[in-house]
Amino acid sequence: MIASIGRRAVEAVSAAGRWGFFVADLGRAAADVGTWSRLLVGQMRRIGVDSLPVAVFIAAFTGVVLALQASYTFTGAVPLYFVGTLVGKTMMLELGPVLTGLALAGRVGATMAAELGTMKVTEQVDALETLAYDPQSYLVLPRVLAATLMFPVIVALAILTGICTGWLTSLELLHLSTAEFVKGLKLFYLFKDTWYGLFKSATFGCTIALVGCWIGLGTYGGAEGVGRSTMRTVVYSAVLILMLDAFWAVVLL
Amino acid sequence: MIEFRDLHKAFGPKVVLAGLTLTVQDRETMVIIGYSGTGKSVALKHIVGLLHPDAGDVIVDAQAVSTLDRAGLTALRRDIGYVFQSAALFDSLSVAENVALGLRRRALEEDEIAERVREALALVDLTGTEERYPAELSGGMRKRVGIARAIALRPRYLLYDEPTTGLDPVTSAVMDRLMVRAREHLGVTGVVVTHDLRSAYTVGDRIAMLFEGRIRQVATVQEIQETEDPVVRQFIEGRPA
Repeated sequence: MIASIGRRAVEAVSAAGRWGFFVADLGRAAADVGTWSRLLVGQMRRIGVDSLPVAVFIAAFTGVVLALQASYTFTGAVPLYFVGTLVGKTMMLELGPVLTGLALAGRVGATMAAELGTMKVTEQVDALETLAYDPQSYLVLPRVLAATLMFPVIVALAILTGICTGWLTSLELLHLSTAEFVKGLKLFYLFKDTWYGLFKSATFGCTIALVGCWIGLGTYGGAEGVGRSTMRTVVYSAVLILMLDAFWAVVLL
Repeated sequence: MIEFRDLHKAFGPKVVLAGLTLTVQDRETMVIIGYSGTGKSVALKHIVGLLHPDAGDVIVDAQAVSTLDRAGLTALRRDIGYVFQSAALFDSLSVAENVALGLRRRALEEDEIAERVREALALVDLTGTEERYPAELSGGMRKRVGIARAIALRPRYLLYDEPTTGLDPVTSAVMDRLMVRAREHLGVTGVVVTHDLRSAYTVGDRIAMLFEGRIRQVATVQEIQETEDPVVRQFIEGRPA
């Protein structure tokens, strides 16, 4: 048992060291602008545009549920226009960024880990190095930057979608007027509600991409190794998103 | 010139190289033969700094590879073409883009890149495949694209990792011819790792046998064929122990 604890401690320290080198290498790769800037737009399109349907789908149903649950909770005690307040605040501060982040941890993070993991086990990463490319500037930096830049855009559209479906639900099922819903939406609104959610989503995007690339480039062991890396990326990203969510709530709210 | 100097490498408890010492002279093709899993590819990866030795070093043009920083390694790699066992082509890039990728690191004009791609593909008899993707090619064609990608760089050194493994005898012979043609066309120094003896006899100026982490014998093709060393003899005759 003691040996097992010791082995795990050594592995943890070793992983922390590798993570440190990985991030330091990323900083160094930033100077290789000619390489990563060429690939950035393509990655932004893949991460951003291709992820939109998933994010919008999740947000649309979340908005519906939020409106109905608010009405169920408020029955009799709280004016119904507070449905707008709850839908808006919850989508902007929490569910928009977090649900989208968790869904994209699966879609974006897993894709990155599988793609880079396959490149690693088929020697494509080695081939890049022999062609005098730095894998950090060719593979990692464009993905991390694209995810950091595009996640707030995706989350903004998800929030808008959620609020819209919450509004439509209020109109059709709760018999609330548009004016009442908007009144509730504006009540207690602060600009901070907007930037907080978007800033948080940028950190989620950065984290998911870093984890996907780090685990992907550390893949070994063929197809089984790629599968293992993909699974680990989804789990680690989800855990880190929830931890970051709590961290930003403590620090910024 | 490439020199392996007392190179040691282990992966965990498994010792792969245990004092490999070997010199590859300029403009010769050295073939390293040996049983599967004896560290031939590991030795090759040390030349371009893909692996770091536990002890000893590889000296390329009087530079100790393990002491080079990233800029030094990048400069060294500009002089070396590496042909991978699996070809290691980039799936998302077409044949032409694969061959051009290394050239784009060299600040060449687009016209010059296109000309070099055309020339390299012609040298490996793959003219007309520019727009195809790796998934659309046979194993032999993929390996030839791998060679084209390496020779397009006009390197001073060409390293081949198991270039004929997994190919039928006719395609293997084509690969051998291409390796000879690349040497004659470019005048490069070559290191070929293989356990395909027919290929070794065709492309090699000298042959080195790696056994238990060290070089067992280095000799010309004819000397190897006539060797009396029991280990080398057993290997080239394909006799089970």
